[in-house]
Amino acid sequence: MEHAIQLISIFSAAMAVSFGAIGPALGEGRAVAAAMDAIARQPDSAGTVSRTLFVGLAMIETMAIYALVVALLVLFANPFVK
Amino acid sequence: MIHSPLETKALFHVGPVAVTEAVIITWVIMAALVGFAIAVTCRLSAVPSKKQTVLELFVGAIDDQIRSTMQVEPGPYRALIGTIFIFILVANWSSLIPGVEPPTAHLETDAAWAAIVFCATIFYGVRTRGLAGYLRTFTEPTWIMIPLNIVEQITRIFSLIVRLFGNIMSGVFIGAIVLSLAGLFVPIPFMALDVLTGAIQAYIFTVLAMVFIGAAVAQEPQESPTSQKGK
Repeated sequence: MEHAIQLISIFSAAMAVSFGAIGPALGEGRAVAAAMDAIARQPDSAGTVSRTLFVGLAMIETMAIYALVVALLVLFANPFVK
Repeated sequence: MIHSPLETKALFHVGPVAVTEAVIITWVIMAALVGFAIAVTCRLSAVPSKKQTVLELFVGAIDDQIRSTMQVEPGPYRALIGTIFIFILVANWSSLIPGVEPPTAHLETDAAWAAIVFCATIFYGVRTRGLAGYLRTFTEPTWIMIPLNIVEQITRIFSLIVRLFGNIMSGVFIGAIVLSLAGLFVPIPFMALDVLTGAIQAYIFTVLAMVFIGAAVAQEPQESPTSQKGK
C-alpha cells in the first residue's frame, strides 16, 4: 500500500508539472507576442511595454510555480506517506 | 538525495526558540542594511557627496514608483515599501555568496513579509478612511460581493507568499539538481538567471504590496490595470 502511494505520488507530481506548465506557456507566448507587436508599432514605448511585460510574465509564471509547489508538496510533504 | 525544500533544520535553540540558518542570514542582512544606512546617512549635507548622490537617486526612484503606482504622495509609505524592496532584493541575491541559501527560499520568511503587507494594508486603509469607511470598501460594488472580497484579501496574500517562495526556491532547487547531475561550474548560467528572477520577484512583490495598499487608501475606487492581477 505504501509502495503504491509513493508510485502514484511520483506519477501525479510529474502530471501536475507537465499539465500545469501548458497553460502558462501558452499565456506567456501570447503576452510576448502582444508586447512584440506593441513595440514594433510604437518603438518609443518600448521601456514601459517591456517593464509591464516582465511583471505580467512573472504573474503568469506564478501559475506554473503553483503547480511546481504542489508537485513538491506531493513528493516531500505527502501526508499519506508514513 | 536532495533534502526537502519545505522543511528547515534548526541549527541551535535559544530557550524554546529554534534558530535556523535562514534566521541567521536574515539577521545578517538586516544588520548589513541598517549599518549601511547609518554609515551613508550620518554625514548628510546640502551639497551631496558621491555616496549621498547615489542614495538620493535610489530614494528618488522608489518615490517615483510609489507615486506612479499608488497615485499618492510617497511620504508615509517610503520606509515600508523601500525596506520591502531592498530587503527582498538583497535576500534573493544573497544566494550568490557560496554556501548561503537565500532566506526567501524558505516559506517562513515570505510568510512574514506577506503578513507585514497584510497588516499594513489594513492599517493604512483604516488610517485613511476610518474603520467604517474601510469596512465599507468590502461592500463594493454591491453587498453580495462581501464574501468574495474577504476571500480575495486572503488569497492574494497567500499567492504573494507562494509566488516569492516558489520562484526563489525553484531557482535554488534547480541549481542543486544541476550541480548533483552535471558537476561544478555547470549551474552558473542558471544562477545568472536567478539574479534576474530575484530582481523581478523583488520588484513584483513590492509593486503588489503598493497595489494592495494603494487600493486600500484610494479615495475613489478606480480600475487600475494592475489591480486585477493579484490572484
